[in-house]
This record gives sequence, structure tokens and C-alpha cells, in this order.
Amino acid sequence: MTSACGMADTILKVERASKRFGGVQALSDVSLTIERGMVHGLIGPNGAGKTTLFNVITGLYKPDAGHFELAGKPYRPHAVHEVARAGIARTFQNIRLFAEMTALENVMVARHARTRCGVFGAVLRTAAFKAEEAATAQRARELLDEVGIGRYADARARTLSYGDQRRLEIARALATEPTLIALDEPAAGMNATEKRVLIELIERIRAQGHTILLIEHDVQLVMGLCDRIAVLDHGQQIAVGTPAEVQGDVAVINAYLGSAHVAV
Amino acid sequence: MKPKPTPIRLGMILLTAVALLVMPLVAQQFGNAWVRIIDTALLYVLLALGLNIVVGYAGLLDLGYVAFYAVGAYLFALLASPQLTDNFPAIAAMYPDGLHAPLWLVIPLGALMAGLTGLLLGAPTLKLRGDYLAIVTLGFGEIIRVFLNNLEQPINITNGPRGIGPIDSITIFGWDLGKKWNLFGLDIPSVTNHYYLFLAVVLLAVLICRRLERSRIGRAWMAIREDEIAARAMGIHTRNLKLLAFGIGATFGGVSGVLFAGFQGFVSPESFALQESVMIVAMVVLGGMGHLPGVILGALLLAALPEALRYVADPLQHLTDGRLDASILRQLLIALAMIGIMLARPRGLWPAPDNAR
Repeated sequence: MTSACGMADTILKVERASKRFGGVQALSDVSLTIERGMVHGLIGPNGAGKTTLFNVITGLYKPDAGHFELAGKPYRPHAVHEVARAGIARTFQNIRLFAEMTALENVMVARHARTRCGVFGAVLRTAAFKAEEAATAQRARELLDEVGIGRYADARARTLSYGDQRRLEIARALATEPTLIALDEPAAGMNATEKRVLIELIERIRAQGHTILLIEHDVQLVMGLCDRIAVLDHGQQIAVGTPAEVQGDVAVINAYLGSAHVAV
Repeated sequence: MKPKPTPIRLGMILLTAVALLVMPLVAQQFGNAWVRIIDTALLYVLLALGLNIVVGYAGLLDLGYVAFYAVGAYLFALLASPQLTDNFPAIAAMYPDGLHAPLWLVIPLGALMAGLTGLLLGAPTLKLRGDYLAIVTLGFGEIIRVFLNNLEQPINITNGPRGIGPIDSITIFGWDLGKKWNLFGLDIPSVTNHYYLFLAVVLLAVLICRRLERSRIGRAWMAIREDEIAARAMGIHTRNLKLLAFGIGATFGGVSGVLFAGFQGFVSPESFALQESVMIVAMVVLGGMGHLPGVILGALLLAALPEALRYVADPLQHLTDGRLDASILRQLLIALAMIGIMLARPRGLWPAPDNAR
């Protein structure tokens, strides 16, 4: 907390987060620490609370309790649009692109929080507007190239293939200049080839120094990609560690495979 | 990204410009009524362009848009007619020559008033979506009309259903649009004067829309239209941007209203009925939401269609020995035409192309 924010090595710190929906305790006292430059996995059986935690972190749900820090600063978004500004970008489990806009425009939209020109700049085409617009377009093209769909810049998002749409979502998330990128089941519905391309992409993004939070059902993908993994079950964290540690954890095996005796 | 100005393109632009300039001069040879139809169509284009910002760009269905048209029209009517001086001795004492607000004052004021009304409507309603928003805006449009209809008692402000008139004709730099002019032996009647003013305003509006569309603000609007949750996750303050769309869209309506009042010389609440709002929405949807050429085409078609159908409806009325009223028949034919168009082209007559720009 006392170190300068650029020096902080903990990107996201969640302490004792809880969230209840009516009679269901979706999250109870979950803590999570994500270090800079890591791919941090979040796994668990269906209904374990992964998505709830994800939505709490990305501002969609308000937690009932818990303390949050992002890059050493207290993080408490009051509205979803503040999340991107604060530095967390996300993708969606069921792709949510701006379907009728071009791929390039989709990425340019995501520069919204990092640019400032308003109505008058746009109508009068001021020098500041032109410069900002050119920079936005250029950055967007770079990002499209980076995720490998640069040649579809002018195609409408809905016309892209499924895998390309996923990649466009990642480019869009990168465009917000995030401190943390949160990927919600990025491999869902992908075939083996698409998954391999995705893994390469995520590794490339990490190599650039980005920090990634990854929710994923595909255990193999998570094990291969993540530096650390947290396992949730029934709204509680039952294990955290390297992929090897988690794989050998009895509680995790019980949660996934079920066990004759109920764990205490 | 910009298309290069090839000689062919330049030639096309020049040709269009000449055609637009000469059109009323040709049309007036067949009678001023034709130029009047074109003038009205231009006002509708302006309205459709404004509503397109709200419906086409931001994706907010507004069924009470005509309210902003009314605000602009009544503003000019009140500031440039004997209405206020007749009813308020204090104002008459301040302006012994009567109220004659110049256009340069009324247009910005009309835009501002309409914009503020837009914000006023938007602020409490923008949590609503889709159908719910449509119902509330519909109610709002009706409220404004009912106000205009009843605001003659206890103090007479709007003169109720009798309307306000006569309103000063529009004057620009001493050029009175209401008078007939003679230029190089060519008669320029009042309707043709208005045509040139309206055309200039419409062109300016198109320019503003185009520039907004290709900007950070325009992209944010479209993102909200496409997926509000994703837009928020990208850092877009959706409430503020929706309000902005409502406000800017409303200013177009306000300016159009001012021009309408000056053109007609008279305003009454019946010009601002729900049917007008529906018509403007139909223009935007029919033409192609969010695509400027489409919206303009839709407005021109729907504004001109009733006039053209006049020539179809009359013979049909004779065929049925006058049992079918011409105006009802006309509405029926418009409805049929609209259904036909929407069946054949569900995304509008001229939607944005798939591989854009």
C-alpha cells in the first residue's frame, strides 16, 4: 500500500469478499491476490461462484463485504463504466461485440475512456480532434494486427468467424489500456485449432507484461496457461497455488469428482 | 480512409449542387404548390436527421419527438407575433412596435430550448429501455401538445386550439423570405426563397451528423445501441451519452420548428399530433436507421408520398362514388406502401452497406 503505484507488484488484491443473492451465499470470504505479469486462473465446478466473483471484480455486482485494491490503490467501482477507467478490462463469456460496427470501430470504441474529444471538437474538426482520432485509429489497427485480425478491420463484427470474434474482444479489452485483463471463458465453444491460437495469443499478451485473470472450464487449457490457480466451490476458495499444487489437492479432486464423505 | 476526390466524383458533386439549386426554379413553373411540398419535405428531412441521432445512433426509441418541433415553432410564434403584446400590456409597453425577434436570435434560442426540453425528458426516463422508453416519450409528446392546447387560461399564452398568428416572415440580412423577389427577370416566389434557406440548414445538419457519426461520441452512441452492457464495460458513461443524444437530437427538432413557424406564419397544436412523431420515426426506420443517405431518402419519400398519392386517391374516390374519403384512402395507401417496403427490405430502403466505409 505504501509503495508507489508503478512499483506495486500486486495488481489486484481481494480481501474477504462476500456476496449473497436472497438465500444463496454465492461468495463467502473469498480472498484473491493477483501478481503483476501473471496469468491467474479461476476455476471451479458449475455454480461455484466464479462468475459472481468475476462480476464483483468487474463492477457488475456490488459486493456485500470485502476490500479491494487495484495496483496498490483502493478499488471500489460505483458504476460499471468506472471499471475500465480504473484499469480492468473484460471480455464476455457469450461474446458481446458491437455487432453492426466494424472490427476497427469496435476497438476504437474501447479507447473512449482514454480519449477526451467531445461534440464541439467533432463538429468543428479541431486540430486536437484530428490528432486524437488519428491516434485512436492507429492504435486500434495495431491491436487488430496484434491479435491477428488486421485484415478484417473494415468488416462488421457480426460477419467475423467465432474465433475471430473472440480475438476481437481481446483486442477491444487491450485498447482500454488495462492494468488487469479479465477473460470470461475465452475458449468456450472453440475447437482445438482455435484453442491453440488462443493460447498463443494469451501467452503473447502476457509476454508484453499484461496481467490476466482467466475464468475457464477447460481444465487442460487452464493448467497449461496459468501461473497460479484459485479453485472455488460453493462460494468458498478451497485451494490456491501453482497448477501442479492444485491438481494434487484433495479438496479440489473431491469438488470436481465428488466424494463419498463430505469435506468439513 | 477518405475517398479521393476523383474528377468523376467532383463532377457528380457539382451536378448535384446545380440540380439542387435549379430544382425549385423548375418546380415553380408547375405551380408554387410543388415547391411548397419540397419545402415541407426538407423540414421533415431535418426532423428525421435529428431523430436519427436518438433512434438511429443511440438506439433509443423516441415516440414523442414532435414535442421538440413544437417547442421551436411556438418559441418563434411567441417571439415574433402579436400574441404576447396583445395579451400582456407590460410586454406591449416594453415593445411598442410589437415583438419581432430576428431569426439569428430565435434559431439558437429554439435549439437551446428544445435541447433543454430534451434533457428534461431524458433525465428521468433514461433508465428505461426499449418499449418502456417508447411509451414514456409518447406520453411526453402528448403532454406538450395538451399543454399547447390548454395554455390559454387563466392567462393566455398559447391561444389554445386557435393557434398563434400572424407570425413574422423570416428575414435574413434584410432579405424578406415572405416576399416575392425578382432576380434578373426571374420571379423568385416566397416558397422558393424558403427552399434555399431550408436547403442550407439541411446541408449543415447533414454535415454535423456526419461528423458526429465519425467521432468518439458517435461511436459511443452506436456502442450503446449495439450492446449497452459491453459499452459500459468499455468505460462509456451510458447515461450521460444518452442524455447528449436526446439533447442534440432535440436541437434539430427545435430548429426545424422555428423554420416551420416562419414558413407557415401560423402555428396551432394540431400540427404537433402523435401522428407526426410516428411519421418521423417511420421515416428513419423506413430509410435505414443510422445511415444518413437512407434517412434522408426515407424522409423525402414519406413526405412526398402523401402528395403523390393524392393523384391516385382522387380517381379511386370517383370509382367508389365518393364513399371512400380521399384522406382516409391516402392513409391506407401509405400504410400499405410501408408494409410492402418493410417486408421487402426489413433493414430499410437504403441501409448501411455490409463492408462499411
